[in-house]
Parts: sequence; C-alpha cells; structure tokens
Amino acid sequence: MIDYFNVYIIVLIALLICVILAIIRVVLGPTAPDRIVGLDTINTIVISSMVIFGAAFREIIYIDVAIVYALLSFISTLFIAKYLEGGDF
Amino acid sequence: MLGLIIDIIVYIFLIIGVFFSFLAGFGLLRFPDVYTRLHAGTKCTTFGSIFITGSVIILGLKMWYLGSADGSVLAIHTAGALIAILLTNPTGAHAIARAAHKSGVKPVGAVVDGLDKVNRKTIKDQKEKMEEKK
Repeated sequence: MIDYFNVYIIVLIALLICVILAIIRVVLGPTAPDRIVGLDTINTIVISSMVIFGAAFREIIYIDVAIVYALLSFISTLFIAKYLEGGDF
Repeated sequence: MLGLIIDIIVYIFLIIGVFFSFLAGFGLLRFPDVYTRLHAGTKCTTFGSIFITGSVIILGLKMWYLGSADGSVLAIHTAGALIAILLTNPTGAHAIARAAHKSGVKPVGAVVDGLDKVNRKTIKDQKEKMEEKK
C-alpha cells in the first residue's frame, strides 16, 4: 500500500493550487465584497490543509492550531462584514 | 483485509474533498457576481472540508484500533476542528452576503429583489423613530 505521508503531501499541493486560484480572485475582484469572499475561501482551505498537515506529520498541535485559526478567522470575517455595512457598532 | 478497505475509504474521501476544493476555486474565478461567487466559495469548501477532516478522523480511528494511543487524540481533535468549521463557515457567509447587499452591490440579472424592500422599510422605520425621539 502507498504510504500515507506521500498521499497527504500530494493533497497539500492540490490545496495550495486552490489557494492560488482564490488569491487571483482577491487581486482581481472589482468590489470589496469580492475580495472578502476570496479571503473567506482561503481561510477555510487553510484550516483543512492544517488538519492534513497534522495528520501527515503525526503532530496533534497543528490540529489545535487549526481550531483556533477557525474561530479567529470567523471573528475577523464578522468584523469586516460589520465594517462594510456601515452604521454604528 | 479490513485495513485495505479502510485505506480505500480514506483515499476516496480525500479525492472528494480535493475535487470540491477545486470546484470552489474555479467557481470563484468564473461566476459573474458577488452572491454567486459566495455560493461557490463557501458551500464547496464546507463540503470539501467535511470530507477531508472525515478522512483524518477515519485514519485516527484506524490507528486507535491498531493499538496506538495517539490515534484517539487525533480523531477527537479533528472532530473539534470539524465542528468549528461547521458552526462558523455558514454564519460568516450569511454576514458577508448581508453586508454586500447593504453596501449597495446589486445581483447581476436579478428580476425581483425582495431584500431591497425590506431594507428600505427598516430604514424608514428607524428614521421615524429618530424623529419621534427628537
């Protein structure tokens, strides 16, 4: 059977290509909400790639980092959305 | 034999997750509008993340079954990451869509915009309340 490590490294490279596709949208995006959609997509892909990284190297700490990253990126997304809406906080 | 079947399930889950992540990337590039891009970029990555983290959970359960104590920790922490993704991702998408509509971005090619009437009505009510206070 193929080793798990090589398979997970291949998956990581594929997820990196997805992040590059989203970065193209962040750079091109005509309006501000387009760029935020790209950033949100990048955040989710980074979370799943951190889980894959932790499984490849058998390190539990990367998965804890992924949990904290998910919660912090959620808060930042909500804050940017509130900033776009305008009005009082 | 059981190990081979579990390996094949893990690889199938990984292939499904990577495929949906690619769909999200191409959808972000090809769709014409903020709302359709949000549809592609959020739903597809949520679905793909469920399968990618599910493959890691199955791997951890297999390691636990084979006698490694790290496997249980891997599975439980990955389940925590999955729950965090499932709770936060749709909520963030809803907030972005609402903010985009309130900041004045219109849907391309839409005939009826029901949220527009709702927003105008709430703004009118707020203005009336402010005038009553004065």
